[in-house]
Amino acid sequence: MPEGAHPCFRGGSATAFDFHVFWTYLFDPAIRDGARITVELSVLSQAAGIVLGLFAALGRLSRLRLPIFRGIAFLYIWLFRGTPLLVQLAFVYFAVPQMTNGHVVPGEFLSAFIGLSLNEGAYMAEITRAGIMSVESGQLEAAQSLGMTRWLAMRRIVIPQAIRFIIPPTGNEFIAMLKNSSLASTIAVTDLFYHTTQIYSRSGQFFELLTVASVWYLAMTTVATFGQTLLERRFERGFSRTIRQPGLMQRAMLGALRRG
Amino acid sequence: MSASDTPMVDVQAIHKHFGQLHVLRGITMRVSTGHTTVVIGPSGSGKSTLLRCINHLETIESGRVYVDGKLLGYRETKNGIKSLPERLVAKQRADIGMVFQRFNLFPHMTALQNIMEAPRHVRKLPKSVCRDEARGLLAKVGLALKANSYPSELSGGQQQRVAIARALAMHPKVIMFDEATSALDPELVGEVLLVMEQLAHEGMTMVVVTHEMGFAREAADDVIFMDEGVIVEEAKPEEIFDHPKHERTRAFLRAVLEPRSVGDSHLTNLR
Repeated sequence: MPEGAHPCFRGGSATAFDFHVFWTYLFDPAIRDGARITVELSVLSQAAGIVLGLFAALGRLSRLRLPIFRGIAFLYIWLFRGTPLLVQLAFVYFAVPQMTNGHVVPGEFLSAFIGLSLNEGAYMAEITRAGIMSVESGQLEAAQSLGMTRWLAMRRIVIPQAIRFIIPPTGNEFIAMLKNSSLASTIAVTDLFYHTTQIYSRSGQFFELLTVASVWYLAMTTVATFGQTLLERRFERGFSRTIRQPGLMQRAMLGALRRG
Repeated sequence: MSASDTPMVDVQAIHKHFGQLHVLRGITMRVSTGHTTVVIGPSGSGKSTLLRCINHLETIESGRVYVDGKLLGYRETKNGIKSLPERLVAKQRADIGMVFQRFNLFPHMTALQNIMEAPRHVRKLPKSVCRDEARGLLAKVGLALKANSYPSELSGGQQQRVAIARALAMHPKVIMFDEATSALDPELVGEVLLVMEQLAHEGMTMVVVTHEMGFAREAADDVIFMDEGVIVEEAKPEEIFDHPKHERTRAFLRAVLEPRSVGDSHLTNLR
């Protein structure tokens, strides 16, 4: 590649990693603000995705003779798993206002939330469905033999047990969500990645700023991993004879939380 | 007609297929209120399917099942029978207890919570009432001290006794046992049979599928021998065990009561 063609070389010759720049920007107010937006957007979208996924899973597992719920759930999953997230985000932000003749114009954050939730719901639907199907069929039968309807049995007996199977892949999903939410910067959501790009496009300090972003993303996903193990322990009740001792990582983090 | 004339369970000529397999070929049986009927027979004879039809966990293709005089799972119309909506079937099932071979306790709940669950959320009784009753039932099955144990912390025999208490908490009109001791280690069978015998003597209406011939002899009012989807023989326990009329009954009882002799002849044949 000829020198000067790549944006990295536009400012002149390459420089070594400047630790001082990294350290200054690590807690820069704009970066911190972006990180907050990333967390907010991810948590809200994941929560909505879990709810959407639950209903879509129940829809797919519906036993009604009319395939209305099964059909809607299938179409939804097909559509949102089958198209790119980036396209979906742009669709909500750009195409919805056009489609509605400017009557419905969701803002940047709302568009990103809608797009990420709908996309996540499609994946959560399959995860939730797998979890429900993993619960032994005798559980539903026992509940029904006690006079429960299918719906009550789902709510009281099957879903609480399915959560055990659903948590680990949902942890995966949330970690992916924290990272994929950076796509929202393309529709002008001022998240962590948006601010990162804003700063390096002004200063040309790509190496330092991208390292800053990576450290923040790693910190978030690390906390998410920790949260997952806590949740897993909570829902393990009754399923194992021994209470697992917290591991090294968990002890360290619990200690930090207590001190903090 | 007086109450005693209506049997608690009245099964009339029911048929059931699983694909090509004709598992129930016109089963007719009655269980009077307060009686215990034990169903015996080789595996695959349709015993468990019969039980599952008596609480509509399996649908039937023809015939009728009445429990306490009410048609189960369907309603009569001019054009034959129509399925009841799920809500009404659930209501009927609430009065029909079932104890499963694999216990099927709810693993995420303690023993006490398992027993309280249906009275609380199906009958919608106050929590304190459910808890008191559940404690009483645990004491009745000899597990008062295990109230806060999870199923995974209990032995198979203890789990099955909790499952019986769970069924009793609904005050069922009839309770069915589907090979309730078959999944247990031999030394744990006795404690469960003891609870079942006690229930039978207290006048609970019971339909019991089991391979425990001692229990059948001791606790049954009637014994039904099933084979290949039909009732081959139905009699009082002493008759069927001491003077079985049919060759198939005799062969089955020989195989169950003296497995050694049958096993030996098998080996002889193999040689």
